[in-house]
Amino acid sequence: MADRRAPVIVGIGLSDCGVAPHLDAAQHHALAASRAIADCGVSIREIDGFMSTNTGGGVDTGYDQAPMMAEYFGIQPRWTDGTMIGGSTFELYVQHAAAAIRTGRADTVLITYGSDLLSRAGRRLGTSSLRGATSVPGAAQYEAPYGSILIGAYAMAARRHMHEYGTTPEQLASIAVTARTYAGWNPSAQHSDPITVDDVLESRMVADPLHKLDCCIVSDGGGAIVMTTAERARDLARAPIHVLGASSSQTHWVISQMPDFTRTSATQCGTEAFTEARLGPADIDTAQIYDSFTITTLLLLEDLGFCEKGAGGPFAASGAIGPGGSLPVNTDGGGLSACHPGMRGIFLIAEAVRQLRGEAGPAQVPDCEVALACGSGAFLSCMAAVILGTEATV
Amino acid sequence: MTSNWNEWYAERPRPERDHISQVFWDGLRDGELRYQACPECSTVQFYPRAICTGCGGDPEWRSSTGHGTVHTFTVVRQHGSAPFKSQTPYVVAMIDVEPGFRMMGNVVDVDVDDVVIDMPVQVEFVRVDDELTIPVWRPIDRAIRS
Repeated sequence: MADRRAPVIVGIGLSDCGVAPHLDAAQHHALAASRAIADCGVSIREIDGFMSTNTGGGVDTGYDQAPMMAEYFGIQPRWTDGTMIGGSTFELYVQHAAAAIRTGRADTVLITYGSDLLSRAGRRLGTSSLRGATSVPGAAQYEAPYGSILIGAYAMAARRHMHEYGTTPEQLASIAVTARTYAGWNPSAQHSDPITVDDVLESRMVADPLHKLDCCIVSDGGGAIVMTTAERARDLARAPIHVLGASSSQTHWVISQMPDFTRTSATQCGTEAFTEARLGPADIDTAQIYDSFTITTLLLLEDLGFCEKGAGGPFAASGAIGPGGSLPVNTDGGGLSACHPGMRGIFLIAEAVRQLRGEAGPAQVPDCEVALACGSGAFLSCMAAVILGTEATV
Repeated sequence: MTSNWNEWYAERPRPERDHISQVFWDGLRDGELRYQACPECSTVQFYPRAICTGCGGDPEWRSSTGHGTVHTFTVVRQHGSAPFKSQTPYVVAMIDVEPGFRMMGNVVDVDVDDVVIDMPVQVEFVRVDDELTIPVWRPIDRAIRS
């Protein structure tokens, strides 16, 4: 092995996901971490880098900052990062951890996420006032009086995409149908009953043109990742998964500042991640792409270069992203069906690793060597892409 | 303007003013839709800030004609909390405003199903109370405009 300090993922773990009233947020962090540590066989005592943040659901769990969870674990990190960019936070964490490992700032990094959002706050996340406050400061004060909701922000992107490119509700719905197909193979998926395009279109309209089934579910859940050097990985239980490329980018934060409602900065971070990996979209065997809403996945498929700009609708509806397609997407059922506890980024990484290990069961993509995970944070605001590969790709 | 719009906004979350936003909200009270433009580089920006996003300079306040078009929009049909819960369905839109900035707002006095992208709209000011005036957007008859 030429590169002893090449950053690799050696352990992944999920807590009990979906509906888990027996766990609070810190327990989700802890159970996922415990499983990730057991997965690879590192000692918790050798972890010298730590990353985590809050649930992303606007609740206060008491363990919402990285130093709080580091203390909970008894970890005294010599390197830490608790940057919060929304759902794509964990793809950014893999990018930052890879840099820290490569430069020797940390040898073994633990990344954790935990959320009891469903059990704590119920299903109101997507349709409530953004802060629930009577008085709103900062940039959000220019939105708060107008009753904008999370789903409405994405609905405005979907509406504009339909106007510019002729994208149809049926094409968006096909993304939710595909996710549900994969969820049927995931025993821990929160929703696994098959649905049709008509089911999506006949579900309640929440914010035109997005129906209830165009929206991610609200879940409990947690995830953890252990990263280390390729050299350390030689002595561990699991074959290392290499970080071939990783990048993050931002265009705005609040939705009213989105420069182009049909284009995200995944164009930028995707290109940078592909360049670092010396790969292109055609090399990706499976993509785990944020699906807070059906439109999120559609925009990212285009912006990452898997199809032309504007062609995301026909591409998604063609079967390309489903089982046996050219680019299987969200093979665990995604946030639309399997698990979305406020932020989904860590689950994208875990599923990509599961595919690269060949452990995805009926959803396994044949000969899966290279996988992409792309998160989308806040209101299509902050994007982060990670390209992972098996040992054979290095 | 129908009188109940001010009741609408009276119960909704209010802007928490800072030194810059105070000028914007005061402008609405005085019947002006204020935005910022940079005297150095001509960048037009909204929301207002203490720095020009084009050149890092010191932006000036200007007053818009209040003519705009709907860039994109949604109809909120479900809301989980008061007072919005009882105010659905309503239109949340992004408005492209002369001379070239974009802001969020409600399109009012129109059937929510009749709103379309590129629809011309004109700002109107809804006085909620002594402290707060809210800009709303009313469709303009296309024939009158042309």
